Amino acid sequence: MRIGVYICHCGGNISDVVDVKKVAESIKDNEGVTFVRDVEHMCSEEGQKYIIDDIKEHNLDHIVVASCSPLFHEKTFMKTVEKAGLNAYNFEMANIREQCSWCHFSKGSATSKAIDLVNMALAKVRSDIPLERQKLPIGRRVLVIGGGITGIQASLDLGDSGFEVYLVEKEPAIGGKMAKLSKTFPTEDCATCIIGPKLADCAEHPNINLMTYSEIESITGYLGNFTVTVRKKPRYVDIDKCVACGICADKCPVKVPDEFNEGLSLRKAIYVQNPVAVPRKYLIDEKNCKRLVQGGKICGICEKLCTQGAINFEDKEELISFNVDTIITATGYELFDPEKKPVYGFGKYSNVLTALQLERIIATGSSGPPLKPIGKRVAFIQCVGSRDEQVDRENCSRICCMYATKLAQLLKRLDPSRDIYIFYTDLRAYGKGFEEYYKRAQNAGIKYIRGRVAEIREDSQSKKLHILSEDTLSRKMIEGEFDLVVLSTGIVPSNGSEQIADILKLARSADGFLQEAHPKFRPVDTLIDGVFIAGCAQGPKDIPDSVAQGSASASRAMRLMNKGVFEIEPIIAFVHNDICDGCGLCINSCPLKAISIENGKAKINEVICKGCGMCIADCPNDALDLRYYTNKQLMEQIDEALKTKKEGETRIIVFADNTCTYRLADNIGTARLSYPAETRIIRVPSVSRITPKLLLYAFKSGADGIFMGECDNRASPYTGSVDKIKKNVSLVKEILKKEGISEERLKFAELLASLLTDFYKHITELTKFLKKEEPISIEKRERLWEIAKNELFSERVEA
Amino acid sequence: MSNKLILSDKNVEFTEKVNEISGEVVTLCEQCGTCSGSCPLVAEMDITPSNMMRLVELGDEEVLDTKTFWVCASCFTCTTRCPRGIDIAKVGEALRQIKLRKAIDRIDIKNIAEEDRKILPQVAIVAAFRKFTG
Amino acid sequence: MKIPYYPGCTLKTKAKNFEISSIAVAKSLGVEFVEIPRWNCCGAVPSLSSDDLIRHFAPIRNFIRVEEMNKAGIVDNEYRMVTLCAMCYNTLKMSNLRMRRNKEDLDKINDVMYLETEHYKQDVEVVHFLEILKNIDANKLKKNIKNPLPDLKVSPYYGCTLLRPKEIGIDDPEDPKIMENLLTNLSVTLVNNPLKTRCCGSYQVVSDKDIITSLGYDILNNAKRAGAEVIVTSCPLCQFNLDRRQKDIIELHHDFEPIPVLYFTQLMAFLFDLGEETYGFEQNYIDPKKVLNRKELVSN
Repeated sequence: MRIGVYICHCGGNISDVVDVKKVAESIKDNEGVTFVRDVEHMCSEEGQKYIIDDIKEHNLDHIVVASCSPLFHEKTFMKTVEKAGLNAYNFEMANIREQCSWCHFSKGSATSKAIDLVNMALAKVRSDIPLERQKLPIGRRVLVIGGGITGIQASLDLGDSGFEVYLVEKEPAIGGKMAKLSKTFPTEDCATCIIGPKLADCAEHPNINLMTYSEIESITGYLGNFTVTVRKKPRYVDIDKCVACGICADKCPVKVPDEFNEGLSLRKAIYVQNPVAVPRKYLIDEKNCKRLVQGGKICGICEKLCTQGAINFEDKEELISFNVDTIITATGYELFDPEKKPVYGFGKYSNVLTALQLERIIATGSSGPPLKPIGKRVAFIQCVGSRDEQVDRENCSRICCMYATKLAQLLKRLDPSRDIYIFYTDLRAYGKGFEEYYKRAQNAGIKYIRGRVAEIREDSQSKKLHILSEDTLSRKMIEGEFDLVVLSTGIVPSNGSEQIADILKLARSADGFLQEAHPKFRPVDTLIDGVFIAGCAQGPKDIPDSVAQGSASASRAMRLMNKGVFEIEPIIAFVHNDICDGCGLCINSCPLKAISIENGKAKINEVICKGCGMCIADCPNDALDLRYYTNKQLMEQIDEALKTKKEGETRIIVFADNTCTYRLADNIGTARLSYPAETRIIRVPSVSRITPKLLLYAFKSGADGIFMGECDNRASPYTGSVDKIKKNVSLVKEILKKEGISEERLKFAELLASLLTDFYKHITELTKFLKKEEPISIEKRERLWEIAKNELFSERVEA
Repeated sequence: MSNKLILSDKNVEFTEKVNEISGEVVTLCEQCGTCSGSCPLVAEMDITPSNMMRLVELGDEEVLDTKTFWVCASCFTCTTRCPRGIDIAKVGEALRQIKLRKAIDRIDIKNIAEEDRKILPQVAIVAAFRKFTG
Repeated sequence: MKIPYYPGCTLKTKAKNFEISSIAVAKSLGVEFVEIPRWNCCGAVPSLSSDDLIRHFAPIRNFIRVEEMNKAGIVDNEYRMVTLCAMCYNTLKMSNLRMRRNKEDLDKINDVMYLETEHYKQDVEVVHFLEILKNIDANKLKKNIKNPLPDLKVSPYYGCTLLRPKEIGIDDPEDPKIMENLLTNLSVTLVNNPLKTRCCGSYQVVSDKDIITSLGYDILNNAKRAGAEVIVTSCPLCQFNLDRRQKDIIELHHDFEPIPVLYFTQLMAFLFDLGEETYGFEQNYIDPKKVLNRKELVSN
């Protein structure tokens, strides 16, 4: 082994505190070290040139750079090393700036810590093996779930870009909720007119495979290789033959409430979902068709009348399977069920409607008598099922203020003599053109009353509705009789989203909507590679925002597929095949289901594995391991971190997750805050990788205290890591307690990279505590290691 | 009631005192008015329940001179409906307690007519004395 | 079935008719109320402050009595404590809930009440008679009807304390059905009063009768507009406010036709024909006999 070590002065940032020459001198004869150089600025062109030239000249095979944080320049140096022909993963950094010269101000202790840090990097680099970023082919097929405006936009963008789209919609026609609207706020475009062309484009697009009246049965696989099974429900009408003449429906004797008109009108048992439905093909409602319910030769009028012979009572549901490379979930929303607020009497009082019902009344108004008379005095009640703890809906639905403002104006225009009141909690007109639209409504004489209506009473004879509400601005109790009350029901997660979340193992936020990978920078990604979310499935949105997300998700999916190949990070779990006995205990320890048993051995799916390493603790034989952060490497780092501990010194090992805790420690350095120099930080992707055995090993090797930090659940890129760490920690605490060692020596905290004082507080408190404690005896330390080697797994099984 | 309120430490203390006695966080109130619309006795009050909440939020001790929390019969309708989950009945109770703990009773047995005393159910008398005397 | 029974003050005096009719109805359905020995007043209204533990002593003493009854074998492993008065139900249940949610409070109280034989162990469940009746088979109820009144239009009135706050209510506070279901099983005609959960004004009757009169007028009128001939309730204070104040209502509104307000158990005793001594109609201010004894109803 021929290791080259570089020590950076960082223009004084390091060398003013750390004696760089002394560091270089003290490690130059260590195992494997061939060449040592100290450089003024390692990140400069000159510094990088040194690495390239020295590798050639001295025939180096591993490199250690002691300089700033790896979060700062790791990528830079890895590229340099690769340029010189070495593997990027035969490289380590020692962070002697953020975690040494910037946070410890005594030259002596900073220098000796810097030596330790370089030795820890050396210990690790000695076991580094070349790792390859695997390249896998990826195709151009996308599944879009949900045929609302979001899914339609995503499908068209993908289709137009030459990708092959499967658009799956559970309803008999696409268009979603938008197809039901009268006009859109604030521009008052006719909804049907603007969505119509898009629906037609979808149906005719050569790259879009439209699957209506179909639901997702199952999805398995991973990025580049998802297998989708779709259940196509029977329509009982052959859509290739149906010409939508409508004779069947004219003569069908069965009438049921029309869902598309929100139950305000009736349709037949054979029907087309709406007049502009795409596909414009009939279907039979199997729950209400006399023939399909009763069987035999009953009725059958439609079959007799159909000139195309399109009716097929024998139609069966069909399971269709296909493969895709990426998936977009655009499963939309549902409206809050107003019957959950019995105080408003929806379903009981005939003149209480939902806003969507009113949309249908207005939308159908121009082509015949209204579905329901509206009357003179109308009240809108806002926030029904939004911002209301009593029905477990705390979020604002974002669209209701504006749709009520729109509907109120449309009603007023239809009959200017109408009195229209909007009872609201707060008026939120945040979007482009919204405030102006609100002003227009006020100008038209719509009255906004700031107060939430507590209950409605119906006069049992006149059917008029009595409202008593406070106007919280004037502090007057407003009392009035209304001909119609419109409930502005809020947006709630759809059942479809819940189903798909279960199938794809997608995370959901506290409000029940699907959770994005990062709230700021990855708004349509999920933590599952190749699966995207868009539109109201992610949270309440208006139409332009939904469309924007539809396009965004399409573009994110294209980004993955366009190159034809994708690279997999090489830092993932692996199996020591010589040790694995195929017991299968690990299968359930992976929340992503990346582990299976094949030919009597555990097998890691390299595409699914994200490299958290939480499975490792569950293997009784130590057969599981993590590349670049192997058990051996971590143990050797621990050894190096503790080797220089002096008599009477208390030393703390910090296991820091890369995403939050390590960054947090860096930030403390950047802020020039000081913490005890007895700490040695070991970086891992996730602390869930640190097994109980490693913790006990650290105590055995002389650690007086251990601190573990991980992102909290919201910020962590690894699902379930915090729970796993808590389990590991409590197991080790039990052992410590049993052995008469204070469990306070081991500490775990969920951290966020921004909360500097948290990390500082934990470390200083732990140090203070340890200073008061008697040191752990060598016998006890050895006993811990005995337990780690012999009893750990049996104890856990009992627990 | 004055139309001016000068912010000072006293305001904060008053709000905190109500929070402490009631066990609620009055600053959670979003002033939607659901409590007022729910209140069967709002017509008898000088300020609305939601107005009472606002004054407590602001720490305005003038709220103690209003009738509202004395008229409240602790029927819990507002509590049941508050979209922010505030137990408003408890806030009313806290205001009563602040007065009663200064030994300012609201009722006196001597003022209850003899004929009423004869017919009133025990539960009414016990309840009233629990609510209106310190 | 033997079950510990907490009467409360009012049921021994001003609402004796509620107690007599309830015990008789229970007995006819095979439920024996065993009055809790040495019970004391519950306090009538639940404590709503976080810092007045002393008000919880009285309820907890009653719970300890129930535990003693079990220990002494007076009841057999029956920790449910049945109440009739809705205000007692509310007060007791609220205390029990607070103790369950806050162990520290209970420890303090147990410490102070060291002279009691036992510490309260939180195993008592406060129930209302309506909840017992809910679990009785509908056919059994129907079989007991000897005096059917299928045309009698009955409107249930809940008031507050059976339903609110939500955590201790016997049913959905906005849309309760428990009395409706009972009345349906009793084969009378159900009438819905939109104000059935509206407060009657409660103890405000002591300080301001006029409030009660105007609230009562609204509640009674709504029941009558919906067609009710009688109102049934389970709270002695609601019963008093709605029944007694009709005297004042008539003075204010000369065209107001009075309407009887009964305890639901009085109606049940009448339907079950358990004997006049169990009805206790003489304690009702508006006499229900005229409505209940109408020939055309009884003859059906």
